[in-house]
Amino acid sequence: MLLLECPCCGVTAEETEFHGGGEAHLKRFGPGSADEEFESYLFHRENPRGVHFERWRHVNGCGKWFHAARCTQTLEVFGTYPAQTTRPPEDLLAKIRDKRPGWSWRDFA
Amino acid sequence: MSTRLATGGRLIDRTRSIEFRFNGQRLSGHPGDTLASALLAGDRLLSGRSFKYHRPRGLVASGAEEPNALFGIGEGARFEPNQRATTQELFDGLTAKSQNHWPSLEFDIGAVNTKLSRFFPAGFYYKTFMGPRAFWKHVYEPIIRQSAGLGQPPKEGDADRYEHFYAYTDVLVVGGGIAGLTAAKAAADSGAEVLLVEQTAHWGGRAPVDEDGGEADVAALVDALEAMPNVRMRARTMGAGVYDHGYVLAYERLTDHTDAKEGPRHRLWRIRAGQVITATGAIERPLSFAGNDVPGVMLASAVRDYVVNWAVSPGDRTVVVTNNDDAYRTALALHKAGLSVPMILDARAGGGGALAQAAREAGIRVENGKGIAKVQGGKRVTGVAICAQAGEGAVLETIPCDAVAMSGGWSPVVHLWSHCGGKLTWDEAQAMFRPDPDRAPTGHDGKPFVITAGAASGAMQAQAARADAAVAGAMAAERTGREASRADAAQPASSDEHPIEPVWMMPQGARYDLRSKAFLDYQNDVKVSDVQLAAREGFESVEHAKRYTTLGMATDQGKLSNINGLAVLSQSLSTPIPQVGTTTFRPPYTPISMGAIAGEARGEIFQPLRRTPMHRWHEDHGAHWEPVGHWRRPYCYPQDGESHGDAVGREINQTRARVGLLDASTLGKIVVKGPDAGKFLDMLYTNMMSTLKPGKCRYGLMCSENGFLIDDGVVARWDEDTFLCHTTTGGAERIHAHMEEWLQTEWWDWKVYVANVTEQYAQIAVVGPKAREVIEKLGAEGMDSQTFPFMAWEDRDLAGIRARIYRISFSGELSYEIAVPASQGLALWEALMDAGAEFGITPYGTEALHVMRAEKGFIMIGDETDGTVIPQDLGLNWAISKKKDDYLGKRAQARSHMTDPKRWKLVGLETTDGSVLPDGAYAVGQGVNANGQAITIGRVTSTYHSPTLGRGIAMGLVLNGPDRMGEVIEFGKIGGGRVSAKIVDPVFFDKDGEKQNV
Amino acid sequence: MSDHRTPLGGASRDGRVRVEEMPRRGMITLRGDLSDATFAGTVTALSGTGMPGQRKVELADGGLLAWMSPDELLLVMPPEDVAGALDRIASDLSGQHHLAAEVTDARAVLRLSGEDAAVRETLGKLMPVDFAPGAFGPGDIRRTRLAQVPAAVWCVAPGDFGVICFRSVAEYVYAALTNAAAEGGAVGHY
Repeated sequence: MLLLECPCCGVTAEETEFHGGGEAHLKRFGPGSADEEFESYLFHRENPRGVHFERWRHVNGCGKWFHAARCTQTLEVFGTYPAQTTRPPEDLLAKIRDKRPGWSWRDFA
Repeated sequence: MSTRLATGGRLIDRTRSIEFRFNGQRLSGHPGDTLASALLAGDRLLSGRSFKYHRPRGLVASGAEEPNALFGIGEGARFEPNQRATTQELFDGLTAKSQNHWPSLEFDIGAVNTKLSRFFPAGFYYKTFMGPRAFWKHVYEPIIRQSAGLGQPPKEGDADRYEHFYAYTDVLVVGGGIAGLTAAKAAADSGAEVLLVEQTAHWGGRAPVDEDGGEADVAALVDALEAMPNVRMRARTMGAGVYDHGYVLAYERLTDHTDAKEGPRHRLWRIRAGQVITATGAIERPLSFAGNDVPGVMLASAVRDYVVNWAVSPGDRTVVVTNNDDAYRTALALHKAGLSVPMILDARAGGGGALAQAAREAGIRVENGKGIAKVQGGKRVTGVAICAQAGEGAVLETIPCDAVAMSGGWSPVVHLWSHCGGKLTWDEAQAMFRPDPDRAPTGHDGKPFVITAGAASGAMQAQAARADAAVAGAMAAERTGREASRADAAQPASSDEHPIEPVWMMPQGARYDLRSKAFLDYQNDVKVSDVQLAAREGFESVEHAKRYTTLGMATDQGKLSNINGLAVLSQSLSTPIPQVGTTTFRPPYTPISMGAIAGEARGEIFQPLRRTPMHRWHEDHGAHWEPVGHWRRPYCYPQDGESHGDAVGREINQTRARVGLLDASTLGKIVVKGPDAGKFLDMLYTNMMSTLKPGKCRYGLMCSENGFLIDDGVVARWDEDTFLCHTTTGGAERIHAHMEEWLQTEWWDWKVYVANVTEQYAQIAVVGPKAREVIEKLGAEGMDSQTFPFMAWEDRDLAGIRARIYRISFSGELSYEIAVPASQGLALWEALMDAGAEFGITPYGTEALHVMRAEKGFIMIGDETDGTVIPQDLGLNWAISKKKDDYLGKRAQARSHMTDPKRWKLVGLETTDGSVLPDGAYAVGQGVNANGQAITIGRVTSTYHSPTLGRGIAMGLVLNGPDRMGEVIEFGKIGGGRVSAKIVDPVFFDKDGEKQNV
Repeated sequence: MSDHRTPLGGASRDGRVRVEEMPRRGMITLRGDLSDATFAGTVTALSGTGMPGQRKVELADGGLLAWMSPDELLLVMPPEDVAGALDRIASDLSGQHHLAAEVTDARAVLRLSGEDAAVRETLGKLMPVDFAPGAFGPGDIRRTRLAQVPAAVWCVAPGDFGVICFRSVAEYVYAALTNAAAEGGAVGHY
């Protein structure tokens, strides 16, 4: 059972306080978008063996959404950060580069 | 025979006797006994029958690894099957009964299976119960059901209570043997918080039995640890499983050892540890020789334990058979206790080291390069036939004896290390798998969090184990950020023991008749010959062979059998052991009770039950409950002798004719406030909410980004920048979360706050032609339709309570939903009931609500919707704004499948005979599909008997439905047959809305 | 005006610790910019305390001010003060985006009191929180899970803790707490 740190209230808590919310940093496509764009937004998800960016909500806690960078293979959590961003913080990306040389995930590397 | 020795027994209190019952017989033992040691002291060696062949079986082990001695313990509401006698501490009044035999333990009819064992080979079930097909139901299944299962399930509810406990520690040490104690001390010396758990009632593990001075060392360590404020020690607590990120479950048994059953029986510790040290010791392996399951054949270490710990001799004459030096300790212990050891059979041609020399000096006959060809005896060992280990089993000599102590070497207990991904390495020299410290389980920070200590690391000699444990403790402390002093891990003096030589079959070239009596898995009756057969039949993967033969799949999970079994497989496949690998170690280490897993969650706190402020009133007035999520809502209020159906009919008729009251408190109420609130709601709802005027209400639909309808409800605008959104009962938390999700993760720059105020208000619907009069009677003024029209809201004082009244209707009647603070809900409800008495008021439940809304053709989320339905399917286009550029679901609703004219659409349905359509029934079209099934052209989504119309009414989704008004289509009935129904408008009653607009 | 009913009718039970429902308290959920001086000034004037830090609670006579999330506070006060407080918030914060909602009756407030270690153990049987005195002490508040429902817990003083949960599950929470506090369940961990 995972241990996650909520970046919004600073608590490090067990997984039962949180609710997973799927992949992070999706870009919304609304009316007027092409079928391919919308299909990708709605259905296409990364399923990496390794570094992944995902959303969590501190549902039994402060109620805030945040993002986590986590290795799906080892379950290592590289870091968490508030959800109000389209891009992970630079220091976190650097940390992942350091630990997983050559990794990439969508547009991040 | 087995008996209690006149002296000794370090764990028992000889000054006191306690009584217990075994299979109805009264027996006695001493405090400190286990059930196993007490039975053995009473010469009760035969402990049960094996699972498949019903062979007589006796004790093999002295601890958690025991495969045979499983009993039903306790009686009535405290009965529990499959408890190991070796871990059950004796107490006054304990009752135990043996299992898996009929009619009695001594005489068991099922034992005929052993004579037929040639016909019960590996994969017997798969090979036998194949056909003919009809045999399944009438022959095979009854037979399998009759013979399946081990022990009897308890028949009464559990009398005990259970609980969880969340604990946090820097370092958790699992195992309170000398290694665990040493590691705990080393970690605690650094100042780290240390929690030490031990599955038995005693500290020290094997050291007091196996080492000179071991007992004193243990006592000194325990004293030191108990004096440290940063150390917590818990005996009778088993480390059950190690999980991700330092999560560990431990299983504390609080009352199993005593007749005083006060307080919780078991406590499940949910531990989060920075570092976990597994000092879990090692388990001795049996040797695979013919008859190794005859009662009286035991592990050498167990024989030693019974003699030293409990002063019980398993036999008068014990033959020791081994492939390593450790078993000589058993011979010496027996000799010291004055018991006869006629022979030590050492399978190694070169024999043993210093211990072997000591045995010889004690006058014990030692035979090197020899083994057991076959054990003689049925329900008890009577002798052993000896052969050369190198041969095929030709008998050289027969030795009378009544016990055999065997040792095939030791396997470190790697379970907890392995649970969370720790890897193993094959140690050729010691013939065992041991943890590979370079491939430890890693935690949330990517760093290792499990360290093994002592024998669990593969450090089998006493001094090596202590040195290893001290390093483990210091390392754990350092990893939790402490400074630990590492004692120089002085290399222990070179051992004077001779190395083990692996013996996977005895003798090495055993003939089939011997191999087919050499058991690997005692509990599941898996023999050497079965594993060999599995290999020949192509089950080469160890995981396949395990499942095919059932090796290691019993309640002991192969603690004794796994390594021996995979070694036999390895030999059969001519593949080295490390390449064959082990099966997966899964938690729990030994079975834990269902009660412990459930914890407090039973009875009234099995799950949260949500109650409205008027819950007790409903209960007092005979409500029949309907669960809606965790809520309980009144389904109806049957009066004396009324059926539920009659009650629903009465409630509807009375409400439509006079006035009814509904507890609507469960409906979700979410405040949405801010300068961007209107813009936000325009995105959430399919229709336009920003244009709603303060003081007014509007019905709205919410869709997911997929376009599917997820909720509906009435939105009221409280003021310029504040809206109240009503959701369905099940939707309050879900829709609140949905709103927060979009606000926090997509439109975080919008100025909107939301708050879920569902439970702040009790909400009561007053419904029916007399509704206005009832409310006016409570003092409300200005209720007339000009002042207070349909789809408006107003604040009024009712019976002295400040109320917000929404004039909205889900029944087609004149209807007001009144919200008051929850603390005053009951007061208002009672005032309304009193005021309504003269008008013939009735409370009504959810079923009347459902029927009345269906009579009006109103959809219900969860009935007309199922996660695949879009508003357009339901004819709700009027509630979808054409003016808005965007709303959640809009883009999806433009996808080709969503605009497909062949989507089933909502219609009303009336059976031609007035009956009620079956719920969920499918409409049947012409022809069949590719699978030969009838084509379906629609389905029923809601169906009721309408008391208002005196006939069955239904709604359903039908292909081209709205274009087929008046057409009669057929629906399939459960159990066959068809029922025909006419397609009609879904609004069955008061189409012009005259009743609600008065 | 009718009597106000609390969810548990003032129930209490003495086990290893005392579990009791607190008398009805006025409560306001307040969302806004916690770092704004006007916002903080308004709130602290109402509470008579300082601003609470992250996961802290400021205790006052007859009430408290609790940090609930980065943009949410909980104001607890005598029930008769709520209307005035809401008016004050509305006028003082009229120029800035905020939300104030009365939640007096949406919640149940319980108190656990007794020997400090016993209270901590009782909570530790139901909440996945480290209740060691060094990890959770007076002035700390934690929103978490109590068995199967969301709840918040705060420490007033050693042996004196508050628990708040939704009204509809008050009976569940009370039953779970009194069960955990029943005699015979000593853990001896703290």
